[in-house]
Amino acid sequence: MSADATYPLRRSLEAVFAPLLALLGALVLFSVFLVGLGQSPEDFFELVWDGAFGSWFSMQNTLQRAAPLLLTALCVAIPGQLGLVIIGGEAAVVLGGLAATVCALPFVNTSPILVLAVMAVTGTAAGALWIGISGWLRAKRGVNETIASLVLAYIGLALFNHLVEGVLRDPASLNKPSTCGIGDANMLDTVPWLEIHPGLPVGLLACIGCWIFIYRTTTGFASRVTGGNIRAARLQGLPVSKLILLACAIGGGCAGLAGAIEVAAEYGRANASLNAGYGYTGILIAFLARFNPLTVIPMAVLLGGLGAAGGLLQRRMGLPDATVQVLQGMIFIAILASDTLYGRFQWFQPRAAA
Amino acid sequence: MTAIGIEAIDIGKHFGSFHALSGVSMKVAPGSVHGLLGENGAGKSTLVKCLLGYYKADTGSFLVDDREATIERPADADALGLGMVYQHFTLVPSMTVAENLVMSRRDVPAAIDWRAEKAALGEFMRGMPFKVPLDAEVGTLAAGERQKTEIVKQLYLQRRFLVLDEPTSVLTPQEATEMLGLVRDLAHSGQLTIVIITHKLKEVAAFVDEVTVLRRGRFAGAGLVKDLGAADLTAMMIGEPHAPANPERLGEPAAEIRLAVRDLRTAADGGRKGLSIAALDVKAGEIVGIAGVSGNGQKDLVEVLGGQRPIEAGEVLVDGTQYDASRAQSQARHVRVLPEEPLRNGCVPPMTVVDNLNLRAFDTANSRLWLDRSAMAARAASMIAAYGIRAPSPIVPIGVLSGGNVQRCVLAREFDGDVRLLVLANPCFGLDVKAVAETRARIMAARNQGTAVLLISEDLDEILELSDRVAVMHDGEIVHQMPAAGADPQEIGRHMLGHH
Repeated sequence: MSADATYPLRRSLEAVFAPLLALLGALVLFSVFLVGLGQSPEDFFELVWDGAFGSWFSMQNTLQRAAPLLLTALCVAIPGQLGLVIIGGEAAVVLGGLAATVCALPFVNTSPILVLAVMAVTGTAAGALWIGISGWLRAKRGVNETIASLVLAYIGLALFNHLVEGVLRDPASLNKPSTCGIGDANMLDTVPWLEIHPGLPVGLLACIGCWIFIYRTTTGFASRVTGGNIRAARLQGLPVSKLILLACAIGGGCAGLAGAIEVAAEYGRANASLNAGYGYTGILIAFLARFNPLTVIPMAVLLGGLGAAGGLLQRRMGLPDATVQVLQGMIFIAILASDTLYGRFQWFQPRAAA
Repeated sequence: MTAIGIEAIDIGKHFGSFHALSGVSMKVAPGSVHGLLGENGAGKSTLVKCLLGYYKADTGSFLVDDREATIERPADADALGLGMVYQHFTLVPSMTVAENLVMSRRDVPAAIDWRAEKAALGEFMRGMPFKVPLDAEVGTLAAGERQKTEIVKQLYLQRRFLVLDEPTSVLTPQEATEMLGLVRDLAHSGQLTIVIITHKLKEVAAFVDEVTVLRRGRFAGAGLVKDLGAADLTAMMIGEPHAPANPERLGEPAAEIRLAVRDLRTAADGGRKGLSIAALDVKAGEIVGIAGVSGNGQKDLVEVLGGQRPIEAGEVLVDGTQYDASRAQSQARHVRVLPEEPLRNGCVPPMTVVDNLNLRAFDTANSRLWLDRSAMAARAASMIAAYGIRAPSPIVPIGVLSGGNVQRCVLAREFDGDVRLLVLANPCFGLDVKAVAETRARIMAARNQGTAVLLISEDLDEILELSDRVAVMHDGEIVHQMPAAGADPQEIGRHMLGHH
């Protein structure tokens, strides 16, 4: 019956080809922008390469930035599989970090393992709860989840600042209001031998786990049905509201875990450093990856690399930090526009059975 | 105003590698009613769209009153006096008939002198063979009246050649007979030439002078209707001498009531009244057909049974107990629903054909947690073979398939396995004659094996042929129920219009 045996392969190629073309387009556009600034695009891209991937040191820097991005991208990608656009991951990160820190404080003098376990659980729970609110509003009250998660992000950040600068503030933290610390003994170490950020293996496992969930389990299948056509999902009697809540909770949990890991590995306490834009960059990565949890990995490394190269660009070319954001923005627009490329090239399309 | 004759010579049109028309010719005499026949996808609408300038034909030419005419855009067809009445109405429901008529003109002035226009319209209407109320809002008119208004509009625009695309699909039998009679008289009086696109052979026999038949984009025959019998027309349309036989009805419905709807109410929606059904039963081994003019609540009923529309009051019982259309209940009671517009209502367009064929069964494997992907692929392969689904590959997104193939996929999925209650909305829509016969045979076979079937269809002939009992829906209510054997289409038509 089916004459087109190579179609599956070609379809996968199309999924690689379209974003690559978009990336290329964005780079060309950005080069024009650089030339307009009187800078050399060649130097720029060479520096980006050096700063992001050129040495083991820059690679570590890149991966360190990519680690939380893996998790915050999942916060957008998993609800995205159900057709939801959740953009409030930033609040889940900071509240996850805060909850993890506060809940860990009673245990700081027990064992590091216990402290870290408590942090992981409470951080995940806080993030899941926060994004879960948006999911609940969507499922039960029909509130637009994008607006809800955005507004809840403002509320979450305000709540975080209020608590960290108020009742939870460590009186000893003068210049930068912070909570009390979890203590150096309880901090997460880097991955042995490789000396990379401990969040990286966690993020990778989360991406793989989410991919398995979405593409290999019945619940994941039901989620994709809901995302693809909610009317068909209802006709099949699928528990649409529960699936929405579940996806939001998983996504929020990932973002909350990212916050907990940042505290445990980097800062040792919750403070404004947590509010570093990981949640927002995660949106970009999830869209670049078309909500596929495995594609999130290379995209997070790419965006992490751009961030890592920012400092070098500033020093060597005198470009402001925002230059990298301009490039990010162009990539984002180009990838979104590349969605229209799907189906445009005949070679990738199924060939009619003779 | 005199009618014009049209001749299409050797028309060809392709879209990409698909040849919609090749070497098609058609000759329409002035002042005649000409039937353009063929199955879905035979190229009927492509041909008229070329004639009306919506498409540009690749090859061939058109003669208008024996002179070659260049028709490259709709305005060219307009200038020649060619027009079309679409299957779906193009009037603005919230405006009056008079406003709709004036607005449709090409030269509407910036400020309209309504007094003068009304007078002119009144004068124009006096010359018409049928009357429509000029001051009535179009939204308040019945479907038959709207159809007449559409035709009046074309005459008002000085059209002398009209294409009617499936003009009776939304009309009751009475309305259809009346409308076609009026149209025929108009043509025979020499004012107008009519082309009717249809697949209803009864209408052809009663109202059409001459036919042209297309099959798979090619000319399949032509002739005077008085020389051709139904068998000849069928043979030209499907390429075989006989339409497949009607499926055989075996045995009587059981006493057991499988589906019971009691005092069901739903909320009003978009200006339409909600459902208000006092009682509707379907027994095991019984087909109950729901007849009604499209838009009288049939869709809402399917949505309620499919779990897509909330109930405000009343209850739906399956096997005597409350049914909520959840997955657990639909699986336990073996309830299947085939919605109308299956791609929009019953499929996930970006997911593959395999995935879509497994929407009912993906979670029925031994492991409730993991997808059994090899079982899914095997199940899909057997459905694709059994239902003749034409797809370039089982893993193309279902959204790229043609409408008929999507319909086959949904049929395959919903008929699969043990089915105790089957709700079908226009199950044969978009299928060719053979597939229609196959589908009807499957419905009848399911009934014969004891499945309860609720059949909602816009095709009254289909309902009368398949059903054991007919229920008529009007304005969200079941207004009449009767046994299908010996039911009088005229009587059903009266109830469809709400005259009891």
